[in-house]
Order: sequence, then C-alpha cells, then structure tokens
Amino acid sequence: MTIKQLSIFIENKSGTLIRVLNMLSKAGIQIIASTLADTKDYGIYRVLCDKPAQAYMLLKESGINVQLSDVLALSIDDTPGRAAEAISKISDADVNILYLYSFLWKGKGVLVFRTDNNDRANEAIMLGKMTFLTEMDFR
Amino acid sequence: MDDKSPYLHPEFETLSREELNKLQLERLQATVKHCMNSPFYKQRFESIGLKPEDIKSLEDLRRIPFTTKQDLRDTYPFGIASVPLRKCVRLHSSSGTTGNPTVILHTQKDLDEWANAVARCLWMVGLRPDDVFQNSSGYGMFTGGLGFQYGAERLGMLTVPAAAGNSLRQIKFMKDFGTTAVHAVPSYVTRLYEVMQEQGVDPRRDTKLRVLAIGAEPHSEEQRKRIEQMLGVKAYNSFGMSEMCGPGVAFECPEQNGLHFWEDYYIVEIVDPETLEPVPDGEIGELVLTTLNREAMPLLRYRTRDLTRVLGRTCPCGRNHVRLDRMRGRSDDMIVLRGVNIFPIQIEKILMQFPELASNYLITLTTDDDNDNMTVEVELEELFTDDFQRLLQLEKEIKRRLKDEILLTPHVKLVPKGTLPVSEGKAVRVVDKRKVYQ
Repeated sequence: MTIKQLSIFIENKSGTLIRVLNMLSKAGIQIIASTLADTKDYGIYRVLCDKPAQAYMLLKESGINVQLSDVLALSIDDTPGRAAEAISKISDADVNILYLYSFLWKGKGVLVFRTDNNDRANEAIMLGKMTFLTEMDFR
Repeated sequence: MDDKSPYLHPEFETLSREELNKLQLERLQATVKHCMNSPFYKQRFESIGLKPEDIKSLEDLRRIPFTTKQDLRDTYPFGIASVPLRKCVRLHSSSGTTGNPTVILHTQKDLDEWANAVARCLWMVGLRPDDVFQNSSGYGMFTGGLGFQYGAERLGMLTVPAAAGNSLRQIKFMKDFGTTAVHAVPSYVTRLYEVMQEQGVDPRRDTKLRVLAIGAEPHSEEQRKRIEQMLGVKAYNSFGMSEMCGPGVAFECPEQNGLHFWEDYYIVEIVDPETLEPVPDGEIGELVLTTLNREAMPLLRYRTRDLTRVLGRTCPCGRNHVRLDRMRGRSDDMIVLRGVNIFPIQIEKILMQFPELASNYLITLTTDDDNDNMTVEVELEELFTDDFQRLLQLEKEIKRRLKDEILLTPHVKLVPKGTLPVSEGKAVRVVDKRKVYQ
C-alpha cells in the first residue's frame, strides 16, 4: 500500500528551501521526515507529512512546482540487518528502487522508497509478510 | 599586380574623399536608375513621388526610404530583383527560420565584383599569390565559404576549401599543404588550437600560419590578441553579410584600427535606430548600407541592424575608405553566437512545444574559456515526476530539439515556476554576458 509524499522542485539557491518550510509551518503542517536530493542546478525536496493533500494544495496555489508521489513505507525493527532483509525481498521481485530514505519513528525503523513498479513491490511485501505504514500512522 | 604594392586596386583604394564622393554619386545615380527595373523599388519610388533624377547629390540619398529585412521577406523570393532571373547565376539565402528566408541573387558580374572585393581585403593584409589559403568556414548557403573561396582564388592563392569541422584533418592540411592563411570564425580558431595542443602540434614550429581572417561572430580585442599569441599570427577582422554578398564588405588593414568599408562598393550611413537620423562620427548607431555596383539585386539604404560607429575617414595605410568599429551589438533582438544567427523567438517556439514547460524563459550568453555559450533556463509548468532521470531526459530532449532549430547545442536548465525575472510585464529574454559586450 502506498502513501502520499510531497515532491517539491526547488532551485539550488539560498532562500528557496526556507520559503517552502515557512509555508508549511504557517499552515501547521507537521513534517515527519524529509530529504533533499540535488543535481548541479536544482533539487527535489521530498517530504512526508501529516496532511499531504492539504500541503499539496497550499503549495500548488502558491505557484510552487509540487507533486504528490506514491511511495512505500515499511516498518522494520531497529536492529542490524533488517533493512537488507527487507530490500532483498523487493530486489528479488525484480523491482528497481528509484530513491530511498529512512528514519526512526516511535522506536521502529521506517524505510520510505519509490519503485518503478509499485504493484510488484506491493506483492513482494505482502508475500514477505512485511509491515506497511499507512497515512493514518502519521496523523 | 606587383606583389610589392600594398594595394590590389590602387585606382579605387587610394581615392581622396572628394574623388570617392564623386564616384559614389555617379554609381548611386546609376543604381537608383537601375532599381526602377525592380518591381519593389519602382512601386516604392512611385508611392512617394520620387524619381531617379531627383537624386542630384549624395545628400539626396536621405530622400530614399530604408529597405529592411522585412522587405526582403515580403518580396520573397524574387520580388526585389532588378534583372530577369535568366541573367542570374547564383542564389544565396538565409535559413529563414523566423519567417520567409531572405534571398539574394547574383549575376556573373556580381560574383566577379564580389571576388574582387574579397581579393582586395586579403591583399590588403599582405596575402599574395605565393600564399596558401585554407578556408575553414561553412560552405553551402553560408556566404563565408564561397565568398572567400572565389576571393582567394581571384588573388591567385592556392585555396583549400577545407570547410568547417574535422579539426584533425584541418591541422593535417595546414601542416602538409604549408597553409599560411586561414579564414574561420574566432571560436573555431580557439577550438583548433585546443586540438593542436592535444596533438602536440606547435603552430609556430609545425605550421607556416601567418595570417588569419576572422569574422561572422562578435569577439573582443582581447580574444583577437589571444588568438594572435596562440598561433603566432596576425588576425584581421572581416565583416560581411549575405544581403551585401557576404564577406568583402569591410576588412581591417594592417593598422588593425577599425574596418575599412569599401566605399566604391557601398555608401555607409550610421543612423540612430530610433529616430533614423544620422549620428555624428564616433557615436554608436545602426549601420545602413547602399550597394553601388550590384546588378541582380541592388539594395538602397538597407538597415543591417548591426550597431557600430565611425572611427575615422583617413588612415596611415593610405586608404580613405571609412573605418568603422567592430560590431557592438544589434538594434534588434538577434543573437549572433559562434557565427550562427539566432532569434529568441526560434527558441521560444521550441520551448512552447513542451507541455511540461511554462512560458517564462531566459537566454544567457557567456564566454567561458574563450568559448561563447548559451544557457536556456526555462520554468517547469508542473512537476510531472519526482524522478531525476525523467527530468534529465526532458532536458536532453529540449536540447536536441533546440539544436535542430538553431544549429548549436545550448545548456538547458529547468527552474521552478516563478523564479525567472519578469520586468514591467514584459519578460527579459536575453542576458548577454559575453566578454565582447562588457
């Protein structure tokens, strides 16, 4: 099961990130986890938050280049080797991971990633009896 | 002609101002009369009640309306010609990417005169029949190719139509054929030097190069000096434009202090691009040219859109043909980059074909390590993916299509919506940071 993540297109320039963060802050949106990836010229700021649909509308109306992306979030135990275990199941299903980030949430590890085939990834996760996190978990 | 003479055509090159003006008036009157064979000029003169015999002095030239590039487009392809097509032997044309192309026709006499003019330029900078001339510029519709080819042959040099590109072969030719003179756009000369360095070729030791003709793209005095130092040559500025045949309109003499415009071929005016009134010597204005010995397609008061200024009307070289500064820019929005003419509208047209892109864009021209480059920044309309690969693919596709349109590959940079400058409602489209305009 996928959850919604904000993907925000920003310029590699001072002041661009804070503009987005201020907007989210003013609207009382809680960031759960975020990661900024960049090329030479621009970056994509990826954000998991408590109210993705609301945040999306807000940013879009302010003229920000934003997309709601479908990502997978897996809950794993916070012990060595669990990430390798989880990802190997995805990889065995011949699914490519486009990007991934992780964080700790309520004592558990969370792996967030986007794949080139979410259906197949879903199936692998079900078969592997791994635990999805849903948007409800972050509210 | 005696090799020792500094002039190929002393009977024209060394005329006094008075003699030049007298010749110009005779030729202007003949040209205007001949123009009445052109449907375009006949109609234009009649519409303002002007008759060829009204042109009694050079001052009367100002009674004749300007001719513009738009006039050439509107009369495409043969509407301005002053001779029947069967008398024409050559056609050159601009690419016409911004509308109808402009077509220039030549009779055999026009081609002969053109070759003479180019030969005069090359002789002026010391080239003689013993020299070997390698023409490393584009042929085909680009007039720099055939123009220099015929001019160099007319002078009597062994002439190599090497054309542009294939740097390794260019360098081999230079070494094997004993090339002493090259014509190329400045950015290509720099490229050739880079390849020479990679190949361990020292131009001073391994070639006989001594003269370079450079033109067709803006370059600064510093760039010229650098080229001269790199190759151990003298580099001379060349000016031409397809509407005026091509190269051979103006060239630097050994003084390297401005370009002599051949006033037996052209009447030179510098006007304020807004008021269209003449500007005093030394002030920058738009160059306006009237052809004086063209048969197929004389042009009266043609607005070149190039900005320049008069540096002087005498010269230690003994020629009184007016000396103009190198081109200082354009009075329209045309960009000249690496010898290619580009209008921003061409770029806009391509960008608008991508639904992923917003309508705001910015073209920045820079000089990096002596190479002139173009960067096109364009705003993203919608973030349609959060996958970098797909954004890079989009950039690549934009680059590819721009290259098809403008013939060179710009850098393309996607930027978020709302980040490009918008001023006074009208977007700033071009920022020129090239050294030559600093």
